[in-house]
Amino acid sequence: MPTHLDNEQSIVAAAQAGDSDAFVTLLNQYGRHIYRLGLSITGNHQDAEDVLQEASLKAYRAIAEFQGNSRFYTWLVRIAVNVALGKLRKRALWKESSLDEPRESEDGSYIPLEIESWGDDPEKACMNGELQQILAGVIQKLDLKSRTIFTLRDVEKFSIEETAKLLGLSIPVVKTRLLRSRLKLREELTKYFGKDARNAMPTSHR
Amino acid sequence: MRCRQVIDKISDYLDGELDPELVRELERHLQHCEDCRVVVDTTRKTVEVFCHTEPAPLPNDVRERLNQMFRHSFRKGEPN
Repeated sequence: MPTHLDNEQSIVAAAQAGDSDAFVTLLNQYGRHIYRLGLSITGNHQDAEDVLQEASLKAYRAIAEFQGNSRFYTWLVRIAVNVALGKLRKRALWKESSLDEPRESEDGSYIPLEIESWGDDPEKACMNGELQQILAGVIQKLDLKSRTIFTLRDVEKFSIEETAKLLGLSIPVVKTRLLRSRLKLREELTKYFGKDARNAMPTSHR
Repeated sequence: MRCRQVIDKISDYLDGELDPELVRELERHLQHCEDCRVVVDTTRKTVEVFCHTEPAPLPNDVRERLNQMFRHSFRKGEPN
């Protein structure tokens, strides 16, 4: 979750009073987070841009209704998630989404395949831009519902309960999907950051 | 505790939501199971790398189109 702006309350109050510059300041702070959220959920840049535009416009039109009970950012994320899921629901992608190829034993447990410790921390192993690219790529290996849950919980740091509420899912479903998502992403990232995984690194870091 | 149970409880363990008695059992298991130690450690790092990595700045064309949209809205005097 991004840090607060200094004097954010007064910037929000100014935006609520109709100061468009104040609203632009908020958008400058949070726009790239909303774009990343849209990209994680929808999986493509055009939809991510639509999510950013539509959510920003909705927030601008509704800012007078913002009560200040949560952070402004949390409020904006709720709007953006609804816009993103609304798009995907229209295309019936949300309903069809299922766990993709879970590797499960007979009792339903997930079985890890890649058991290899990591070398350098990812932040040290590659430059920030490359890391962002790797993360954006591996998250798309999850099915839609799982990556939305993972993004809200582990990227945006909503609680399990908030994530469940936002998505209209039960807490056990969120927890099960989160566990499997973390394990699957761990395996995907081990291909990049495992001690013997140098060949998977971006060319400049081989 | 067996390896499979450790895997099932990783999320709750990393989130600090596991019952203290189960935490002790899980950590006892980790002391003698190298494979589970690696899986727990790399899962923790997975969660950390996602939550610590800042998003890239907005692409210039995306920012420009967003600004354009707002200039248009502001001119129309929205939201009043």
